[in-house]
Amino acid sequence: MANQKSSVLPGFKLTLGYTLLYLSLIVLIPLAATFWKTSTLTWDQFWHTVTAPRVMASYRVSFGASFLAALINLFFGLLVAWVLVRYQFWGKRFVDALVDLPFALPTAVAGIALTAIYAPNGWIGHWLAPLGIKIAYTQLGILIALTFIGLPFIVRTVQPVLEDFDVEIEESAASLGANRWQTFWFVTLPMLRPALLTGFTLAFARALGEYGSVVFIAGNMPMKTEITPLLIITKLEEFDYPGATAIAVVMLVVSFVLLLTINFLQWWSQRHHAPA
Amino acid sequence: MVPASTLSLPRRAAPRRVTAEPPFVRWLLIGVALLFLGLFLVVPLAAVFAEAFAKGLGFYLHAFDDVNTVAAIKLTFITAAIAVPLNCVFGVAAAWAIAKFDFRGKTLLITFIDLPFSVSPVVSGMIYVLLFGAQGVLGPWLIEHDIQIIFAVPGIVLATIFVTFPFVARELIPLMQAQGRTEEEAAHVLGASGWQTFWRVTLPNIKWGLLYGVILCNARAMGEFGAVSVVSGHIRGPGGTNTIPLHVEILYNEYNFVGAFAVASLLTFLAVVTLVLKTWVERKNAALRGTEN
Repeated sequence: MANQKSSVLPGFKLTLGYTLLYLSLIVLIPLAATFWKTSTLTWDQFWHTVTAPRVMASYRVSFGASFLAALINLFFGLLVAWVLVRYQFWGKRFVDALVDLPFALPTAVAGIALTAIYAPNGWIGHWLAPLGIKIAYTQLGILIALTFIGLPFIVRTVQPVLEDFDVEIEESAASLGANRWQTFWFVTLPMLRPALLTGFTLAFARALGEYGSVVFIAGNMPMKTEITPLLIITKLEEFDYPGATAIAVVMLVVSFVLLLTINFLQWWSQRHHAPA
Repeated sequence: MVPASTLSLPRRAAPRRVTAEPPFVRWLLIGVALLFLGLFLVVPLAAVFAEAFAKGLGFYLHAFDDVNTVAAIKLTFITAAIAVPLNCVFGVAAAWAIAKFDFRGKTLLITFIDLPFSVSPVVSGMIYVLLFGAQGVLGPWLIEHDIQIIFAVPGIVLATIFVTFPFVARELIPLMQAQGRTEEEAAHVLGASGWQTFWRVTLPNIKWGLLYGVILCNARAMGEFGAVSVVSGHIRGPGGTNTIPLHVEILYNEYNFVGAFAVASLLTFLAVVTLVLKTWVERKNAALRGTEN
């Protein structure tokens, strides 16, 4: 441990140099160019573009659906993580592996599959159509797609914390007279809070930028079912590059803020779980 | 009174009664969880194959007897064959620098490496259009020299590299940090060269983590839609710019549902293989850690 500061190992300059070069070429310079491109707009033009009614409507759809989807996943993600860690049942390993499907399945495939299921003549859609419930081509469809996309995030952040959870703490609560629900609500849940928040933010951030799974099921009606990433594509296809860039910058700033939030939450949860 | 600690059981053992729910609650929770996963994961998976085979095996196979489909499959493999090795080399280099040495700004560097994950796929594609497109920063120069990047294969490869950028690195950095440097230092002190140390000491230690990263990286590289869609230009056929996911979109928008789902079933198969491999590597890794402890 004496040799912490200067490593005897070779390759520092080579690997760090290559890392910085590759990172700059692929990520940093192109991202910086985007911000630079916005600077060709005046502040008034920029503000006018990013607050136009159609753009504002797309924020409402994107942020609203992403938030609700993350909320649904918060509840069901905790439930799935709980069931996978605490209970034994047949096929558990299979279910555990299946949870990652939204990470592995290409988004376009998820999009057309969900559309086929929830369209008025689809497997689930045809049961709901007589009741007057339309899912595909409405905001509900966007919600379904974003819930699918965000599903693994909360399960995978809560699961390891629950696995390492010291059951003794629950035992002490029980021995002090708490019933099972009180133990869960006042003892277990508060300790899962950092992991739940991290998972929620990850799912929310992913949903905000999601495109592939949403475009098929959304219907893409301006002001109603148009998500912000789609609006960027529409502007690019109209060769309105400054407009597309301005909206993209708004999205990038939101993503960076969320990324910082996630880093902070992870730091917080590590502090929470550090052995006393 | 017996101290609580002597009452505690090993982690894997069945929980004691005070920390277990009544059976009906347990089965209710398992039931609701499985219903949710069934509805959101199993039904879409089944729907892909049901739609693909809706008109029988003949129509299913017919979807692959098409030059455009074959061209899309080829381009997807070419793209992954370039993007995955490049990000793999980067991941190893970045993890070596970060795990084996101390320098300032390390946390910032790790955050930057993770950056592509928090950028919307659409924006990931757009940044290259702004840089290399006809109206882009380097556009005029590229046109002058007759180099096409956007609406061509290089753009697709670049966008794919961007969206899969962190996969290998973020798998290897924590792994190599946890393994420390003592083994490498020992090898080096005993006279091994840098390359020998890497190939004979580091690589055997990180191979499962590396494989894990490569599997995830490859799945995303072959399945990416949003970023590739922005830079592709959707040119069909041999020498075109359609990858498998983009080809699925075109078929779907032409109401060729059997064709779209047949080609999509190929990607679904890839996803299932990815999950199986991933689970297998995870188990290998867990077994490895088990023997070490």
